[in-house]
Amino acid sequence: MNDSPLPFFAAGTDPGASFVDLLRRVAPDKVPGATAGTGTLGTEVTHGTTIVAIRYDRGVVMAGDRRATAGSLIASRRIEKVFPADDFSGVAIAGAAGPAVELVRLFQVQLEHYEKIEGEPLSLEGKANQLAGLVRANLPAAMQGFVVVPLFAGFDERRDRGRVFSYDATGGKYEEADFQATGSGGIHARNWIKAQWTQDMSRDAAVDLALRALFAAADEDSATGGPDLVRRIFPVVATIDAAGYHALEVEEIGTRAEALLGGREEGAGL
Amino acid sequence: MSMPFYVSPEQVMKDRADYARKGIARGRSLVAFSTTDGIVIVAENPSRMLNKISEIYDRIAFAGVGKYNEFEMLRIAGVRQADVKGYSFAREDVNARSLANAYAQTLGQVFTHEMKPYEVEILVAQVGERPDDDELFHILYDGTVMDEQGFTVLGGQAEAIADHLRPQVGADLDRDGAIRLGAGALALEGETLGAASLEVAFLDRRRTRRAFVRVRGDDLATVLAAG
Repeated sequence: MNDSPLPFFAAGTDPGASFVDLLRRVAPDKVPGATAGTGTLGTEVTHGTTIVAIRYDRGVVMAGDRRATAGSLIASRRIEKVFPADDFSGVAIAGAAGPAVELVRLFQVQLEHYEKIEGEPLSLEGKANQLAGLVRANLPAAMQGFVVVPLFAGFDERRDRGRVFSYDATGGKYEEADFQATGSGGIHARNWIKAQWTQDMSRDAAVDLALRALFAAADEDSATGGPDLVRRIFPVVATIDAAGYHALEVEEIGTRAEALLGGREEGAGL
Repeated sequence: MSMPFYVSPEQVMKDRADYARKGIARGRSLVAFSTTDGIVIVAENPSRMLNKISEIYDRIAFAGVGKYNEFEMLRIAGVRQADVKGYSFAREDVNARSLANAYAQTLGQVFTHEMKPYEVEILVAQVGERPDDDELFHILYDGTVMDEQGFTVLGGQAEAIADHLRPQVGADLDRDGAIRLGAGALALEGETLGAASLEVAFLDRRRTRRAFVRVRGDDLATVLAAG
């Protein structure tokens, strides 16, 4: 079997259903964070900013603004920070954009790989733990300033409810009761959500709350992008419930954003 | 020191081939069709947990007949190969042809060098944008690869079943028709098969990313009953 072009392993070295372990065996140079350098980077790297996740009665909504910054410059107006992790979960990223996007790509493959090898998907808790491992593996890079702090949310089919998990740079995983927001404008978004969130809120209300919280963050934080009505650039919003991951169409988000802004001009006081 | 008896290479290969064929013929056959809706694969399998047909990648499925542990090992190696390739390059760079070649090389190596050959026949199927773009690679226990058109049969009775199917497979065959045709063809080897003893999977041409879907339970029973 040693001459086979396919990856076969002896019993003791088999990576099992883990794609990351497989990658470490067959292509160690492709594992993110494997080649952390020393010293500091002379230029500012691209950073993604504010992301939110909010639980509603039958699922969870995730949203992120579209701005990426490099120091005081705007690196991108259209970056996407919310991604499907698999059919029933999503991941949103804040922090150094390069490692974060790579982390999401690896996480997506990891979940699909497990599902194909084992024949059934991981539990939601299992997925959250996998992501914690990937964030932890990024710790050497985080020490040099390339911190990645994702939010993970999904629909737990066994418990029949949406769940939200946040992470810190060391890979610490914390389950949030109802909502969380992170990134540079996260504190403003979180305060807005905290004041408005109610038990058993509907999907519509949760989507609007997520948009509103991002607008509030954009008002206070220069690194968070607000709605761009001229270029039709709006936050990325996705909902996850028993029917699975669903990214909202730009038109729908635009319509909702305009309605919310209209309401604010009439005297919401912001 | 004792000298081994001389056995001609022809005899060795023939013995190995006979051994592999005998193992494969113990189980029932498996059929796959390229249809207007996508690729349909039908196998006899009373187990819901130990699959003969599975997903390899976005548009690629794997199926095996013969010894379960052997084709399961090949399946896992294929998933690993495809996922590493897709992660290193891009998802669209993963294709059935290179995977089929890797399987053929592996089976060929095992056939000539190992103690015993694998008692398996496998299928690597890839659904395309149109039926003409579909690919069905049928790989034998000794590493022989066949690039099949329209439909293919794996297993001990492959020839007889293929002869039975050939006049019935047309260009207008759809998903449900292919499932019924497949179930009927497998029944040539024994009693009629119901939804509970069939494993059916479908590579859906219209799905954008992961095309692999299993057809089972009530859905499958409804399709079979409609015939």
